[in-house]
Amino acid sequence: MIAEAAGAATPSGAKPGGELVARLKNVGLSYGAVRALDGIDLDIPAGCMVGLIGPDGVGKSSLLSLVAGARVIQEGRVEVLGGDIADRRHRREAYSSIAYMPQGLGRNLYPTLSVFENIDFFGRLFGHSKEERKHRIDTLLARTGMSPFAPRPAGKLSGGMKQKTSLCCSLIHDPDLLILDEPTTGVDPLSRRQFWELIDDIRGEREGMSVIVATAYMEEAERFDWLVAMDDGKVLATGTPAELLAKTGTDNLDAAFVALLPEEKRSGHRQVVIPPRPDDAASDIAIGAQNVTVRFGNFTAVDKVSFEIPRGEIFGFLGSNGCGKTTTMKVLTGLLPASEGTAMLFGREVDTRDVEIRRRVGYMSQAFSLYSELTVRQNLELHARLFAMAPETIPGRIGEMVRRFDLAAVMESLPEALPLGIRQRLSLAVAMIHSPEILILDEPTSGVDPVARDAFWEILAELSRKDGVTIFVSTHFMNEAALCDRISLMHAGKVLVSDTPNGIIERKGAETLEEAFVAYLEEAIGDTGKPQPAADVPMEPEPEIVPEKTSDRAFFSFRRMFAYTQREALELRRDPIRASLAIIGSVLLMFVVSFGISMDVEDLSFAVLDHDDTTISRDYALQLAGSRYFIEKEPIRDYDDLDRRMASGKLSLAIEIPPGFGRDLSRGTNVQIGAWVDGAMPMRAETVRGYVQGVHQTWLMQKAREIYGDAATVGKFRLEVRYRYNPDVQSLVAIVPAIIPILLLMIPAMLAVLSVVREKELGSIVNFYVTPVTRTEFLLGKQLPYVALAMLNFVMLSFFAVYIFGVPFTGSFVAYTAAAILYVIFTTGMGLVISTFIESQIAAIFATALLTLIPAVQYSGLIDPVSSLRGFGAVIGNIYPTTYFVTISRGAFSKALEFGDLAPQFVPLLIAVPVLFGLGILLLKKQAS
Amino acid sequence: MRVANIYNLGVKELRGLGRDKMLLALIVYAFTVAIYTAVTAMPETLNRAAIAIVDEDQSPVSSRITTAFYPPYFVVPKLIDQSEMDTRMDAGLDTFALDIPPNFQRDLLAGHSPAIQLNIDATRVSQAFTGGTYVQSIVSSEVNEFLARHRGATELPVDLAMRMRFNPQLNKGWFGALSNVVFSITMLSIVLTGAALIREREHGTIEHLLVMPVTPAEIMISKVLSMGLVVLAASAASIVFVVQGLLHVPIQGSVALFLFGAAVHLFATTSMGIFLATMAGSMPQFGLLLMLILLPLQVLSGGLTPRESMPQIVQDIMLAAPNTHFVILAQGVLFRGAGIDVVWPQILALFAIGSVLFVLSLRRFRDYLR
Repeated sequence: MIAEAAGAATPSGAKPGGELVARLKNVGLSYGAVRALDGIDLDIPAGCMVGLIGPDGVGKSSLLSLVAGARVIQEGRVEVLGGDIADRRHRREAYSSIAYMPQGLGRNLYPTLSVFENIDFFGRLFGHSKEERKHRIDTLLARTGMSPFAPRPAGKLSGGMKQKTSLCCSLIHDPDLLILDEPTTGVDPLSRRQFWELIDDIRGEREGMSVIVATAYMEEAERFDWLVAMDDGKVLATGTPAELLAKTGTDNLDAAFVALLPEEKRSGHRQVVIPPRPDDAASDIAIGAQNVTVRFGNFTAVDKVSFEIPRGEIFGFLGSNGCGKTTTMKVLTGLLPASEGTAMLFGREVDTRDVEIRRRVGYMSQAFSLYSELTVRQNLELHARLFAMAPETIPGRIGEMVRRFDLAAVMESLPEALPLGIRQRLSLAVAMIHSPEILILDEPTSGVDPVARDAFWEILAELSRKDGVTIFVSTHFMNEAALCDRISLMHAGKVLVSDTPNGIIERKGAETLEEAFVAYLEEAIGDTGKPQPAADVPMEPEPEIVPEKTSDRAFFSFRRMFAYTQREALELRRDPIRASLAIIGSVLLMFVVSFGISMDVEDLSFAVLDHDDTTISRDYALQLAGSRYFIEKEPIRDYDDLDRRMASGKLSLAIEIPPGFGRDLSRGTNVQIGAWVDGAMPMRAETVRGYVQGVHQTWLMQKAREIYGDAATVGKFRLEVRYRYNPDVQSLVAIVPAIIPILLLMIPAMLAVLSVVREKELGSIVNFYVTPVTRTEFLLGKQLPYVALAMLNFVMLSFFAVYIFGVPFTGSFVAYTAAAILYVIFTTGMGLVISTFIESQIAAIFATALLTLIPAVQYSGLIDPVSSLRGFGAVIGNIYPTTYFVTISRGAFSKALEFGDLAPQFVPLLIAVPVLFGLGILLLKKQAS
Repeated sequence: MRVANIYNLGVKELRGLGRDKMLLALIVYAFTVAIYTAVTAMPETLNRAAIAIVDEDQSPVSSRITTAFYPPYFVVPKLIDQSEMDTRMDAGLDTFALDIPPNFQRDLLAGHSPAIQLNIDATRVSQAFTGGTYVQSIVSSEVNEFLARHRGATELPVDLAMRMRFNPQLNKGWFGALSNVVFSITMLSIVLTGAALIREREHGTIEHLLVMPVTPAEIMISKVLSMGLVVLAASAASIVFVVQGLLHVPIQGSVALFLFGAAVHLFATTSMGIFLATMAGSMPQFGLLLMLILLPLQVLSGGLTPRESMPQIVQDIMLAAPNTHFVILAQGVLFRGAGIDVVWPQILALFAIGSVLFVLSLRRFRDYLR
């Protein structure tokens, strides 16, 4: 009955204002076969705080990403801020008024950049001037209490701080619509409280701002103006919290939501009650810690933590993110050794090498850590097998887990396609597959909806009370903490208090566990980190700074482009290993390859099968051995020996002198010397052929003169060979200029590819989707720092070529440099084009190696001139710009060529650059699909 | 160490690989299209070398020389005058320019030893060498034949019968096919094991494995085996269907022996992949390290240019690289029909290098997991 109300989900009179910020009409979305949203009709009122509530995987995140314009609309119509979001022009306008904070702690932040730099990056994306950015960031940081942490890298922040930073990034451009996807999931209560106070504050000042929030915390939802309850890709009900409570006749939102669910989903749900531990429960200690201390360098993550957990107890671990909970748990599982103190399991000290004890422990880590490339069933089977369960028991046990955790419907799905809550259930099922005696669970219910969480705790209760499993669990949910037998509060590596939940409340004289917890935390923290009251920090920009709202609508903005340039450059600076590998690496490669490749074939091994064995036959062999090209090996005994030695590659050349050679020669009878050349390596064989013929001719000439005297010299002519450009025919002179183009291709391309694919794999690509930055700006911005790096490489390589390798540079360096600039724009652009169609970093590395190394080494004239190539290779050689830069490079180094002479070679480069860039823009997607 | 664990983890690796369609497509590309292209692109011996002739003599002997150059070894020579010669060579249009001086024939017959000038663009080293010898011998034989009609026998009747063994036409394509297969095998095995390990770490799954009763050795062996198997299967298919089937490259020896050698080689390269992954902190660093390792392996192993022509120190250092031995083995088996009696030292060397790399990697891998 209530579900029917979804059809006409028009906001009732209770919502403030009458305008709409977004309107969805018959919106549907599918990921392959999975239906994420189905026939959504929804009018979202403007100017208020709208909450999306519902279990995980019901389509909340999908809906938000559609509204934010981050994802391509598949079905229906989505109007946001008065326009169709599917319309590219409207989207361009809307980006500068929408802020979108994706799900996941700090998912849109760059971990190596500092808090300030992260926010600054967003400011640039929205086209703010330097003063304006500075002013806004200072204000935001002060208001969120993040000012002291401005220089800290985002990756080193606690979860709560990451979310605050993310929020600052979202608020930098004064959005009209703020979209927050589960902003407080996985954040401790104190930070959570501060977060919402901040939002309230900001809304107080920016009256018109609309906020849409997805949340799994019902107690948070109670404070919102208007709620949308969702289930199974559909809207269940909408209205103010009070309306929802009235409709369902319940007194809290948790209950109201459960009441809104269709009948079949509601059944089986009841309030979790864990029976008290019997007094005569086992008292042997299952988990023990004595003064466990863990240090990482100077940083003490865990500071003298001690506790004892008897068998069968549910022990809760609470604390803000980054307080050492996870580290403590890792020590107990043997993943990390303790710097000091001892951790005990079943009375035995934890030994990181003890494989047997792992069979008795189940561990679920905080981050989802199952194989995303295996299906749910395959994940379960893999873990069952790895725990060496008897094969016949595995199907039964998996069936049991599937029933318990309600995974039947998703058995053949990949975890990546599943919502967080179901993934967490899967993780727990995996942790329990081998019926462990101890379960160590690191925030197992983070991001799981209330119904599923209750079901989860019922399972824990049953395990503890019936099967005597000891459970060590960390959580942020106070109602979960209240279910534990005992809890510890942890902060900054220290345990603040350990007691029963009631004991802790009493000690602080608080009403609820949350209050007690916040009181303990505040006591421990003191006053630091508290946000400044709003009154002290004016939010409005100072009068002299004129906000530049116009620039972010321009078709091209240097500021937005430089945002990516700056970010990329900073990341390179923070990763000195990458930068130095890139620079030193190419010089190193130049050394290796230049000295390695040599076309002068010498020291070829040969042997003689001499059937004649006379002075004259030995003289012939001596002639060969005397040349500097050949080294004589021991004589060949017979044909078998010849075959064997040639097959092994030990002989490049075998000479067979027939019986009676000397006799026949002196009689003037025709004789024939056999020469067998190893043709397995054609280039070497060619050379051998040439040398042998030369030596043979010389020998004949000598003999002829001995026999016929000067008559033999009649008709003699000389062939004067002049090796041009490289008179000594040094390989180095030929190779070094050709190696430079190859090095300038491979490394910059690899760096450029990974810079984009990495953002895709780690999620920060969403910043590109939801901000006004255009594809051109994105690509150019990413390309610039790598072009600069490549040019630095170019200068170093040229320097080494001339001064260390001694390759004379005879042409115009200006022309050469100009060509190099074009060329590295091509090579980095090549990387960016590859990155547009590749999702994983592995495939990116592979594709880059394949698409740069092979064409460059084989088809660009390094060894064989392009004019001599055939077939498809010739086609590649002729269109691949490396070919032309190789010619330019050789021309500039060895042939004393200037701009005018090189002009024809510039043409292909000049064509390649815009073609590649256009291709990149064409292939790059501005929205997720 | 439990075989079942290795098997289960190995199956997991294979399933994971099966999910990455792009990666599969690239593997197929590397072993089919890339090899086909390389083989059909490689010129057979000296192919279509660009030559120009400045004929200042315009005599029977000079025209005899001019007509002696024809495809496929040379393009039909361009007849140019002396002033054009330099510009054409500067622009890279000609690799060879032959200058026959005025009165060449008269001086030749008069016994004045006239000189023909041969200009070679020495920046194109490979053609410069082989082509240079060709040009010289063609010119000599034409001149000699011409002279033979003008004078008595002053030549010794000794023929040199040259036979190219194993590859009578000196078809560079055969060689290119092999060199590409070796390159693909090496690159793939390093990328697949190394990058897969980094991905497991970046996604946190490796940690999950470590709380289970599996040892680092089991994890590593499973990766080495499964990825080695994939690459081995791909290279077997490539040799049989592409190299033999499509390209008709005659294979002298036993494909099975080659694949056995490849398996031992893979043992070494997959271990190397793990080793590199433990050295690199992140995927971009791995990508760079890969380039730093791959290029020298490709260029210096003897698969591209003969080992003999490299400086002794490079030859010695490259003995430590598995590729060097594998290239020798592959050439021996596939082209020269060498049997196990001939290539056993290479197999032994590969196995030794593989073992060292494996032990080193395992040690690093254990530390890496800490």
